[in-house]
Amino acid sequence: MTVPSNVIRVLIAKVGLDGHDRGVKIVARCLRDAGMDVIYTGLHRTPEEVVAAAVQEDVDILGISILSGAHMTVFPKVIDLLKQHEAEDILLVGGGVMPDEDVGALKEIGVAEVLLQDTPPQAIVDAVRRLVEARGPR
Amino acid sequence: MPAAVSSLDLVEPVLAGKPRAIARLISRVEAGEAECRPALEQIYRRTGGAHVVGVTGVAGSGKSTLLDQLVLEARKSERKIAVIAVDPSSPFSGGSILGDRIRMNELSLDPGVFIRSMATRGAMGGLARATHEAVDLLDAGGFDLILIETVGVGQDEIDIVRAAHTIVVISAPGLGDDIQTIKAGVMEIADIHVVSKCDRPDANKTLKELKSMLTLGFALRGESAWQIPVLATSSAKREGIGELLAAIDRHRRTLDDSGEMEGRRRVIARTRMLKTAENILHDRFEKQHDGKVSSLIERVVTRELNPHTAATELIAALKSEP
Ligand SMILES: Nc1nc2c(ncn2[C@@H]2O[C@H](COP(=O)(O)OP(=O)(O)OP(=O)(O)O)[C@@H](O)[C@H]2O)c(=O)[nH]1
Ligand SMILES: [Mg+2]
Repeated sequence: MTVPSNVIRVLIAKVGLDGHDRGVKIVARCLRDAGMDVIYTGLHRTPEEVVAAAVQEDVDILGISILSGAHMTVFPKVIDLLKQHEAEDILLVGGGVMPDEDVGALKEIGVAEVLLQDTPPQAIVDAVRRLVEARGPR
Repeated sequence: MPAAVSSLDLVEPVLAGKPRAIARLISRVEAGEAECRPALEQIYRRTGGAHVVGVTGVAGSGKSTLLDQLVLEARKSERKIAVIAVDPSSPFSGGSILGDRIRMNELSLDPGVFIRSMATRGAMGGLARATHEAVDLLDAGGFDLILIETVGVGQDEIDIVRAAHTIVVISAPGLGDDIQTIKAGVMEIADIHVVSKCDRPDANKTLKELKSMLTLGFALRGESAWQIPVLATSSAKREGIGELLAAIDRHRRTLDDSGEMEGRRRVIARTRMLKTAENILHDRFEKQHDGKVSSLIERVVTRELNPHTAATELIAALKSEP
């Protein structure tokens, strides 16, 4: 087997109280099947844990899924923490359920992309590839 | 850190133990970027202080959960600790799902702890190609204890022996005919045996089986100064963790005092060099000699050349090119 050079690394986390992870596990498998390394950290994570893990794992994409409605507090916090770690090149992608105006507001503060709950798997894979390519080498 | 900072500029922050710089360089090594080689040369000269411990056992035997507890225990003495968790990539897509962190989440917040998940990306032997370099970076970054988690299933998966100073083999009750399924090759590499999940009633049976197997002769390996212990742990009840850490530390002292450490360092150096040479050759065949390789395959298939002669030609062709 040849050395796969630029394997995209993605960390997927569930932040907050909601207790379902079926959806994120499906996303994890799709990304794996698209040839990516997916680090999954389980349920009920805090923003601090997730950002520290993303830095150590040096992921290209930090994907956080929130169904509990706490997105407007969690994502700004994560953006802030990424700045503190000087890790703005780690792209933050939000997932879950939220109104359109929140999506706009989150992109405004630096969330790279928001993929709402019914985004088809292939669209997620495409979005990840597109984002990493647009960021360029680091 | 601005984008695309040069690897040489990362050396200083790596030596200062900065997680961001260590993590970045690990990724560059994983990606096979030639640009980071001079930096790694500098890093390598600053290694040799860390105690590298391999922790291996079949899937689901409780390795990650135990490492979580072990790191907490070892942190009481202010040591800096790193965990490298290696998992196999999917042979179909080359991708992987790395889930070991699920068991170690709280450790993420401790600045004295660094955890990295690595996929094997097609490498055989249970380690990722970049595992050794990741160890170097952490070692140079001041991590005192580096724990490598690998899934050990058989004789083909024991590269860990040539990467670590101390090998801990985990067996667990309740995984079917567990002791039998651990192949002899994995049993033989242990410096320390652990039976995990000893809160379970069926753990006694596993302990008994393991001990009788060891008296049957699997314990013959190892320097005479070291008696291979069989320890019982429970991560659920937080039992046996201190004993495990003490055994790991005692093993390191025994290696140092008996001079065996030098021998192990030599084995690691030898394997790394030879394995890397193999990888370099392999990559050059794949990348630069596609044409040559396929024309030789044709000639072997048509029986014009036998495989040995073809291989000799392949290597001769490499020599004539830069
Ligand atoms: N009863 C009991 N269960 C445990 C203990 N430690 C781990 N487990 C369970 O065993 C399962 C596997 O644990 P892990 O720590 O993920 O095992 P692992 O060896 O790292 O697994 P892989 O990385 O997939 O090879 C989990 O469901 C744990 O909850 C223990 O001390 N007692
Ligand atoms: Mg594990």
